[in-house]
Amino acid sequence: MSDKLDSKIPAGPLESKWTRRKSEIRLVSPNNKRKMEIIVVGTGLGGASAAASLGELGYNVKIFCISDSPRRAHSIAAQGGINAAKNYQNDNDSVYRLFYDTIKGGDYRSREANVYRLAEVSAAIIDQCVAQGIPFAREYGGYLANRSFGGVQVSRTFYARGQTGQQLLLGAYASLNKEVSYGTVKSYPRHEMLDLVVVNGQAKGIIARNLVTGALERFGAHAVVIATGGYGNAYFLSTNAMNSNGSAAMQCYRKGAFFANPCFAQIHPTCIPVHGDQQCKLTLMSESLRNDGRIWVPKKIEDVQRLRKHEIKPSQIPEEDRDYYLERRYPAFGNLVPRDVASRAAKERCDAGFGVNETGKAVFLDFADAINRLGRQRVAERYGNLFEMYEKITDSSPWEEPMMIYPAIHYTMGGIWVDYDLQTTIPGLYAIGEANFSDHGGNRLGASALMQGLADGYFILPVTIGDYLSNKFAEPKTDVNSPEFNATEKAVQARIDRLFAIKGTKTVDSIHKHLGNIMWDYVGMARDAEGLKKAIEEIRKLKKDFYENVNVPGSQYEFNQELEKALRLEDFFDIGELMARDALNRAESCGGHFRVESQTEEGEAKRDDANFMYVAAWEYKGEDREPELHKEELKYEFIEVKTRNYKE
Amino acid sequence: MDFNLKIWRQKNAKTKGHFETYHISGIEEDASFLEMLDILNEQLIREGCDPVAVERGCRSSGPVSFDHDCREGICGACGLFIDGRAHGPDEHVTTCQLFMRHFKDGATITVEPWRSSAFPVIKDLVVDRTAFDKILQAGGFISVRTGAAQDANNILIPHDRAEESMDAAACVGCGACVATCKNGSAMLFVAARVSSLALLPQGRPEAKRRAKAMVAKMDELGFGNCTNTRACELECPKGISVSHIARLNREFLKAKFSD
Repeated sequence: MSDKLDSKIPAGPLESKWTRRKSEIRLVSPNNKRKMEIIVVGTGLGGASAAASLGELGYNVKIFCISDSPRRAHSIAAQGGINAAKNYQNDNDSVYRLFYDTIKGGDYRSREANVYRLAEVSAAIIDQCVAQGIPFAREYGGYLANRSFGGVQVSRTFYARGQTGQQLLLGAYASLNKEVSYGTVKSYPRHEMLDLVVVNGQAKGIIARNLVTGALERFGAHAVVIATGGYGNAYFLSTNAMNSNGSAAMQCYRKGAFFANPCFAQIHPTCIPVHGDQQCKLTLMSESLRNDGRIWVPKKIEDVQRLRKHEIKPSQIPEEDRDYYLERRYPAFGNLVPRDVASRAAKERCDAGFGVNETGKAVFLDFADAINRLGRQRVAERYGNLFEMYEKITDSSPWEEPMMIYPAIHYTMGGIWVDYDLQTTIPGLYAIGEANFSDHGGNRLGASALMQGLADGYFILPVTIGDYLSNKFAEPKTDVNSPEFNATEKAVQARIDRLFAIKGTKTVDSIHKHLGNIMWDYVGMARDAEGLKKAIEEIRKLKKDFYENVNVPGSQYEFNQELEKALRLEDFFDIGELMARDALNRAESCGGHFRVESQTEEGEAKRDDANFMYVAAWEYKGEDREPELHKEELKYEFIEVKTRNYKE
Repeated sequence: MDFNLKIWRQKNAKTKGHFETYHISGIEEDASFLEMLDILNEQLIREGCDPVAVERGCRSSGPVSFDHDCREGICGACGLFIDGRAHGPDEHVTTCQLFMRHFKDGATITVEPWRSSAFPVIKDLVVDRTAFDKILQAGGFISVRTGAAQDANNILIPHDRAEESMDAAACVGCGACVATCKNGSAMLFVAARVSSLALLPQGRPEAKRRAKAMVAKMDELGFGNCTNTRACELECPKGISVSHIARLNREFLKAKFSD
């Protein structure tokens, strides 16, 4: 292991690690908590739950978001559900099984101790959310209802129709509002973090731009928590919200926080296919649909051609002429294989010429069987809003004809490197939720993002951060007029001035689209060494083009969305390059990362445990220098590492 | 498809706004309304830096600012007043889920921000909705610490009651109800939160206090009164029923009587 990376995993048996760590953590007394300030950046499930919990503990919290309200954070768009090892269905679920499924689903590239802790606190998340008044789906007897998600064989997913993320976020947001009303949390909407301030090697504050006035503002604290989500928008087209970005993570990276496994991006199998060049955003259809929907393409190429010419409707193709390829290839899990497996299988069929729409990039997700089996009313209760949403977008009704779906970028498992306490390589800087890397390895299972965001925010960070803060109460408040704040603000100002000075002719979006094409073509669902090298070269060229030819209209001191986008795009270049570099280094296939050179005869991903069973943590070395790779070896002490098999 | 877009332009809260009209062509009918605005903005930025266009008297105020984020109809960030209707002509959708196939080719489309004294314009089509946050901060929560709660299945909630609570909880906080109401009332927004919690046993203990505090804050922030025209229900993208306003009124009156 690199001497710079200490994961601080507690010793002892797996089941007692978290209890042991909690008992070792030093406490901060209530009167000292009142003297301490914590900055939380981001108001999704991780950020909102962390800020609310820290406020409840008595710390002074400042929380920042780029939207007009904390409630807009992209967690709100999560549809299907949240996992928890409650075993309410008595189907032999347990903390161990949730842990095991998550490790296996992540293709043995996540950290054992962190994942076990995630499974361990999962049940308490449901208790907390119910106590907040979240209207989860219920059985007629009043008990909580469950459903299944990909990669598992039990029903442990709790849900609120197809709006689970919305309801969980509104719960966390309500707790946040409670703390705002008590004065422990101060909320700064329409503020964007533009740099981290490090003083004597410790995170002490941020520089943020007030998006309404355009002014740069300084905020000091005893610790900083990054909860700004993932970086999937490097691909331009993704299921992420339009404003989701990886800039805060990149700012931390450039200030010395290591960035782990950047190449692990999840491509979600069930998204509405691209309709044309004018599109800027892809829409996800929840994985929960795979509980009852069956995925297929025609067996005969003639049927494919007739479908593309609109000569026949999908429902007219007889049962025997349909290829339910997931059920065929993976009989044990069928339509509920993990996302990476389902996405690659869809690509395989479409590459073979069986894509069912004009672009050749779509497969069917069919509910006819479910409607016959369950009746329209029960299907509507489970998926009604998703069916409506699909129909609004595509003008085609899933009640009549199957949905058309295709994989799209959805989530990033990689992120800022953190230790067991969720602290980064910069003391006092923490990263939680999608912004860190630790729990999902090479592939995240469905309904686990919400679980991780809330586990980090409600139960883990508020405890572990105390250990760092316990000897800081005697320190004075951070002085925002210190030389470090002056220098950091000056550097941010120079970055903004540079953008306005270019006065080129290309729009930010047109360059971002170009970046997206490079990413999708070379760092997408199938990657090879040659393509990845090309990606690095192309991204560098594009970045140069950006600095010569971009046009950022308007000025700094106004509400200026083009400036916001330009600043984020600068960081997407660096993320894109880092992703390609990491993908090039990882010459194995694993989880969502598929290297063409590393596959079995059947075309399944082939892992290389002998050479790559490690976390790749990248250290920034300067603008024009290659980053340095540090390896955190992954040791599996409590489970046997196997080849993932969803066939039997 | 081709359109003429008559769009409200306003530099900031302190200046007066005006309409500007732009022509746009080549829009796919499967494009969303906001994708069309993205394309318009690309056009306006290009014209803004094209010396020929500037010489021709291109007097655009630069790209049009508008709030948007998830583009899946759930974050509640987008909200435009289109041809006199909140979120435009389609039923039960947010602006981001409105598609150009609902418009006639060649039509002139008028686009305005939400008009409400409680939602001042920040720029162009962007308004300040922090008043909604303030209303929720006045009481839209359960005030206990929930971190060490009892087992979730100890609180039994009948299926239909949970569903009704969920109907109210579906509010996305977009502000269409306020923009639609002739009085600029936020009653549907307040009622959705009060009702969702009042329907559940977890929310009952504070139901009266919550109703009173949130209504008082709504009044203080300059929202108007409800006169039961039910316009809000028609334009709500999530179809939230005014029956929740009735439940809010019941909780509010109970609180008044027990004072």
